Amino acid sequence: MGLRDTGLDRAGFVYGITGTATAVGFITWALTIDWQLNVGGKPFFALPAWIPITFELTVLFASIGMVLTFCYLCQMAPVVKKDHFNLRSTDDTFVMVLECTDKTNEGEVINFMQSIGAEGVQVQYKETEWWLGRYDKNTKRFEKREVITK
Amino acid sequence: MALLRYESQVRPALIEGDKDYHQVTEDICRPVEARPTKLWWIGFLFSVLVLCFGILSVTMEVIYGTGQWNLHKTVGWGWDITNFVWWIGIGHAGTLISAILLLFRQGWRTGVNRAAEAMTIFAVICAGQFPIWHMGRVWVAFFTLPYPNTRGPLWVNFNSPLLWDVFAISTYFTVSLLFWYTGLLPDLATLRDRAKLKWRKMFYGVAAFGWTGSTKHWQRHETLALVLAGLSTPLVLSVHTIVSFDFATSVVPGWHTTIFPPYFVAGAIFSGFAMVQTLLVVTRKVLALEEYITIEHIDVMNKVIVLTGSIVGIAYLTELFMAWYSHVPYEWFAFRQNRVNLFSPYGWSYWIMMGCNVLSPQIFWFRKMRRSLMLTFFMSILINIGMWFERFVIIVTSIYRDYLPSSWATYYRPTIWEVGFYMGTFGLFFTCYFLFSKFFPVIALAEIKHILKRSGENYKEKMDEVEHEKVEEFVEQHGHDHGA
Repeated sequence: MGLRDTGLDRAGFVYGITGTATAVGFITWALTIDWQLNVGGKPFFALPAWIPITFELTVLFASIGMVLTFCYLCQMAPVVKKDHFNLRSTDDTFVMVLECTDKTNEGEVINFMQSIGAEGVQVQYKETEWWLGRYDKNTKRFEKREVITK
Repeated sequence: MALLRYESQVRPALIEGDKDYHQVTEDICRPVEARPTKLWWIGFLFSVLVLCFGILSVTMEVIYGTGQWNLHKTVGWGWDITNFVWWIGIGHAGTLISAILLLFRQGWRTGVNRAAEAMTIFAVICAGQFPIWHMGRVWVAFFTLPYPNTRGPLWVNFNSPLLWDVFAISTYFTVSLLFWYTGLLPDLATLRDRAKLKWRKMFYGVAAFGWTGSTKHWQRHETLALVLAGLSTPLVLSVHTIVSFDFATSVVPGWHTTIFPPYFVAGAIFSGFAMVQTLLVVTRKVLALEEYITIEHIDVMNKVIVLTGSIVGIAYLTELFMAWYSHVPYEWFAFRQNRVNLFSPYGWSYWIMMGCNVLSPQIFWFRKMRRSLMLTFFMSILINIGMWFERFVIIVTSIYRDYLPSSWATYYRPTIWEVGFYMGTFGLFFTCYFLFSKFFPVIALAEIKHILKRSGENYKEKMDEVEHEKVEEFVEQHGHDHGA
């Protein structure tokens, strides 16, 4: 579809590495420098014993970090309200939204959409800056048109 | 998952009937949007009642101490840890279905994964009750966490499996919850958009986090699901391995064996799938979702049950053989006298375990048996009983008579409060499950729509056309990857 790649998976990797480093770093400090605990005569730096906790923290940091990043990137949070133009988009319909400016010839676009098989076309008027996105701030939003295709 | 348009007609349909996307939405949202039925109220209130008895049991234990349970030297762990391991084991099937089957691109997981993941979360909540309340001084439970304090600072023992458990269970709960919830977001958005009543709109509006179904959001969502699945897979394996380390790293005969990690993990998947079967056989009937949770789904899950049951059986025999072959007299004693010997105080529990876990699932080698709902339900209960006995056998038969005969314990039997605590966790589990089935879609709506056009019964019939297409046309249409 030509969408740019998402950086979410790379971010997840970074969060995971942070988890690993935190676990190994903290446990090493606590058990070899701060309070060297003699557990059954085993060496103070017992890395094999710390693998389970290190692994768990890696997974924990990666998961929580990725989910929060996902919510941030999509601008999603419990009380955020978004506009999604047609209630059936979450049911069974593919919705395509085209932004128009003053200069757009709506009739022409509507005819074109219908000629390629749109199930319905609607024109909707929205206020400027109607969404909280960040990537396309330079485009002024004025009118919206909605195309429903199957 | 790869969004292919073609699937062989030899594979049975995973969604029966003549469905389109809207019909799928209707079928799955209908039980959520309907008023609670009388059956639901009866089940829910009964679960709450049982939960209340559990709360009473726990209260007795907190006020009067763990002496309320019949634990004594040398049986320091009895029903409490048995139940803990039992519930955690059950939780693993949900993650396996969601995560591991996603990585294996198995389309059939979509009918069962939402309910299975919910089961995991509730099972982990129930499991977590046991290590918490068995502490005695529950009000200082935070001592298990490494926080800076004025006692040195005194850190926790990072070398101890009991601490690894703390991290493992907390991580498992958090990650399962996150995975379940992010998967739910599109479905909650569907419910929000269909909601007519004000409170529903508000509830699902808040719950759905403003999901719009934008393509970019879907792309990120799929990436997130894949990575979480990739993380959850080793997590499942590691969590129950760490639980097995509670025993394997000790020196108690019957506990100190390297077979425990794979044995426990296979056993967890085994009992987890059995619990999923118990829940789904009933859910599909009551919520009229037989066309989504088909007999094929039940069949496939029974295959997993027979596989993991056989692995568990091999593990039992290996343990037994190694106990003899090692010539360690204490190990051999634990098996020969404490377990296999039917005339010993707990010999009966070992043979119940063998019967329920090794012999009974073999019936699922037969296709007709796998597709029988009554038998599946009955077997799933039997298997869970067997798996409870497995943990009981491991824990109690090993420690009640170990190295020194002068320390041998008197017969351990549970008190009413231990039984009440266990029953209370059933109450908690089913209360949560009833609430879940009422307010959330039991089937992963968005995911099932992914597979509708290739595994739906009406679409299967159209596979003829695809099969007769010329190779060049096929490549042209399907050559590009949808970024699975």
